[in-house]
Amino acid sequence: MEVLSVKSLGKRYGNTEAVRDVSFEVGAREIVGLLGPNGAGKTTTINMILGVLEPTSGSIRIEGVDLRAKRAQALERTNFAAVYAPLPGNLTVYHNLRVFGLIYGVRDLRGRIEELLAHFDLEKFRGTKCGVLSSGEQTRVALAKAMLNKPRLLLLDEPTASLDPAMAGDIRKHIRAFADGGTGGVLWTSHNMYEVEEVCDRVLFLSHGRILLQGDPKLLPRRHGRKSLEELFIAVARDAHAQGGA
Amino acid sequence: MSFDRTFAIVLRQYYLMRGSFSRFLPLFLWVAIDMVLWGFLSEYLNTVSVPGMDFVPKLLGAVLLWDFLTRVMQGVTIAFLEDVWSRNFLNFFATPLSVSEYVGGLVVTSILTSSVGLAVMLALATAVFGLSFLSFGLLAVPFIAILFVTGISLGVLGIAMVLRLGPASEWFIWPIPIMISPFAGVFYPVSILPAWMRAVSYALPPSYVFEGMRASLASGTVSAGSLAVGGALSAAYLGLAFQVFRSTYRHAIRTGLIARYSAESVA
Repeated sequence: MEVLSVKSLGKRYGNTEAVRDVSFEVGAREIVGLLGPNGAGKTTTINMILGVLEPTSGSIRIEGVDLRAKRAQALERTNFAAVYAPLPGNLTVYHNLRVFGLIYGVRDLRGRIEELLAHFDLEKFRGTKCGVLSSGEQTRVALAKAMLNKPRLLLLDEPTASLDPAMAGDIRKHIRAFADGGTGGVLWTSHNMYEVEEVCDRVLFLSHGRILLQGDPKLLPRRHGRKSLEELFIAVARDAHAQGGA
Repeated sequence: MSFDRTFAIVLRQYYLMRGSFSRFLPLFLWVAIDMVLWGFLSEYLNTVSVPGMDFVPKLLGAVLLWDFLTRVMQGVTIAFLEDVWSRNFLNFFATPLSVSEYVGGLVVTSILTSSVGLAVMLALATAVFGLSFLSFGLLAVPFIAILFVTGISLGVLGIAMVLRLGPASEWFIWPIPIMISPFAGVFYPVSILPAWMRAVSYALPPSYVFEGMRASLASGTVSAGSLAVGGALSAAYLGLAFQVFRSTYRHAIRTGLIARYSAESVA
């Protein structure tokens, strides 16, 4: 059974259609990359799945639970990390994890926090305020928070942006391990095509709020006459730009 | 409603205060200064007015009650603004947390923080200036209850305004109590106001508290009907304030304000 099912999703702001007729699924143990140029509708789509933006049309089901009808039950099964939503910098790592653990109703919260502090190598920062951590450390805290409730659907919006290659590689390993080791699925946005190719099982190309292409990131470029995913991305982005400017 | 989720909101505020002297001190410092200032002013007025006139309960008592309402309102708004300042809305509202649980957490926080302020004010006013709040007897209960509920309503309306207009609009919140006080008859009877101000005054629950306080000091009796009107008005405003916040939140979800809230102005 898929952990996320999006059907005919649309979002309109006045006369502007930010997202139109988008449908896709994310299966258990699957990492799906949501790609596209800036303004393509990726973050709008993710915000609708997170319940912080109401769709104009369509439906979102998380493990079969309708987000619109049963918001709390649907969101209990998700979690997220985004580069633009850092955890409050004025609380310590431990305090942030405790507050969000309570909100997500995590059982044996103390034990779960200890497990995650060890897993993400954050033990020495437990009493440190998040605001003074480096970008890489803050990303690890955000991921620890995102995995507190062992989500069935993990949403990651550019989780490795602003990280050095070594740190980004570690983060990718953590996320791959999450998908391989459990029953959860991941929806991931990134502008780094090399990491998408390395991590994602499937990608969706969004442009002007619509899904243009989808498939295996290793096979998709050749199928469209391109050498690499990056080349394909650039072609899609230029095409989108030309259409937008026309 | 989940107790744990409401508790999480309160716990976050507790952690913030526990680790910050600059957050803890204002819980009682400004109201303590107010007690000292108005306490000495009341004592001075006692020396220059007709014998037997006691300004301590009239002025200091009124300031104490008004400061309590202000602290209750700020208890809600400052807790909310902590989330504005730390750009935490997306983190909170992309979770199972409901609007009722979130606002419930802010209200509980306000109960705790305003209780600290009230306790310090009572201790200072009683020990230093001999204000006997107990002389109001059981009347203190409806007085405090009406002001508390009104403070919560003003706080919730204030945060709805900030949610709707954006972070920069927080400056509209701070003057709200000052703007209301001339109409609420904190220091003078409502009867001296011009007709139009009196009309506004009758719509404000605190007016009934301060009129009741003065009546109690003058004659020892208070109109139960008048207090009931004040109580009913405060309950109605509370319901209205929650409704306004709920509909502002729905608007924010529909238009994407919550998702874009880190922007300086979203209006």
